[in-house]
Amino acid sequence: MPFGIKVLRFVAPGILRANTLPAVEQPAPLVGANVAAVRETVDLRVPLLAKNDQIAAGNRANFRARKILALNLVSSPGAGKTTLLSRTLDEFGLTTKCAVVVGDLETDNDARRLARPHAPVAQITTGTACHLDAGMVAKSADSLDLTGVRVLFIENVGNLVCPAEFDLGEELRVVLLSTTEGEEKPLKYPPIFKTAHVVLLTKIDVADALGFDRALAAENIRRIAPQAKLIQLSARSGEGLAEWYALLSAHLFKS
Amino acid sequence: MDAVLQQARTRGANRVHRIVLRIGALAGVEPEALRFAFEVVTRDTLAAGSTLQLEAVPARAFCPVCAAEFDAGMDYVFSCPTCGQLSCDLRQGRELELAQIEMS
Repeated sequence: MPFGIKVLRFVAPGILRANTLPAVEQPAPLVGANVAAVRETVDLRVPLLAKNDQIAAGNRANFRARKILALNLVSSPGAGKTTLLSRTLDEFGLTTKCAVVVGDLETDNDARRLARPHAPVAQITTGTACHLDAGMVAKSADSLDLTGVRVLFIENVGNLVCPAEFDLGEELRVVLLSTTEGEEKPLKYPPIFKTAHVVLLTKIDVADALGFDRALAAENIRRIAPQAKLIQLSARSGEGLAEWYALLSAHLFKS
Repeated sequence: MDAVLQQARTRGANRVHRIVLRIGALAGVEPEALRFAFEVVTRDTLAAGSTLQLEAVPARAFCPVCAAEFDAGMDYVFSCPTCGQLSCDLRQGRELELAQIEMS
C-alpha cells in the first residue's frame, strides 16, 4: 500500500443529535398560579458554537505542538482547490512534507487525485453536511501518519457559506476565488472573505478570455478583507505559484 | 437545545418557558430559519411550547487609526466613519449565545 488513503464516513450531525437525544416525557401542563410561583429566570452567557470551538482549539494546540502548519482551504465548488493542491504536492511538497485532509459529500475522487507516495491523504465524506467541522478534522488527522509532516492542507467541502462559521483549528484560512466566478463574489459572500488570512485568485490564465477584471476583483477583496494577503495564480500555467509557495514557507513552524 | 436541556436538568427544572438568545448582526444566523427550527427541535422536550426571544447585538468594529469603535453596519465593509480606514477588527456582532432561560 504505497498511498495512505482512508475513507471516513460521518453521519450528518443533525441526524446524529436527533437519534441520541434522550427522550424526555412531556410534562403535564401546570396551572398558571403554580407556575408563576416557582418560575425562575437564569442568566447565562453560553456561546452556542462552543463545542466546535473547543475541539478546534484542541486541534490548533495539537498542530502547533507538532509544528504542523494547518491551512483551511475554502471556496465554491470548482474554484480549483484540488488542482492547486495537486500541483502544490508535486512541487512544494517534494521538499516540504505535506498531508491533506479533503472533504466532500460523497466519493473519494479527490483523495485519489491527491494521493502521492510522499503525501498522506485522508478523505472525509460528509454525507449531507455542507462543511467540515473540527471533530471531523480531529478524527481524520488522527487516522493519518503525520510523522515529519510540516503542512496539513484541509480542503473543505466546496461551499462559500457554511464553512465560514466553523473553526477547524487551522493556522491560516485560505479562501479561493476563481476568475470564472466573477468579480463580485467577495461582496456577495462576505462572511467567508471577512475571516480569510489569505485570498487566492485562481485560474488567472483564463481571465482575459472571460473578460474578468482582476483589478476590480482585487479591490472588492480588499474592501471586505483588508487583512488578507492576496495572491493571483494559475495552477495550470504556474503563474503566481512561487508567491504561494513562498507564503507557505514563511508560515512554516521552525523545525 | 443540548445546552438548554443540560441547564434545565442541572437546575432540576421540569419545564422551560422562555429561551433568550443573543444574536450578533454578523453571526450568520437567520432569525426566521431559527424560529422555524426552534419549534421542531423543542418538540417532545422540556422546552416544548416555550417562547424563543432573540436579542439583536449590533456589529461594532475598531478603527486602528482613530483607536475607536464604530458601528460596522451589515454589509461586511467596515469603513471608519471618521477617517475612512477599512478594518477587519470586529469587536462585537458575531455572538450566538444562550443568554437566559426561564424555567420552573
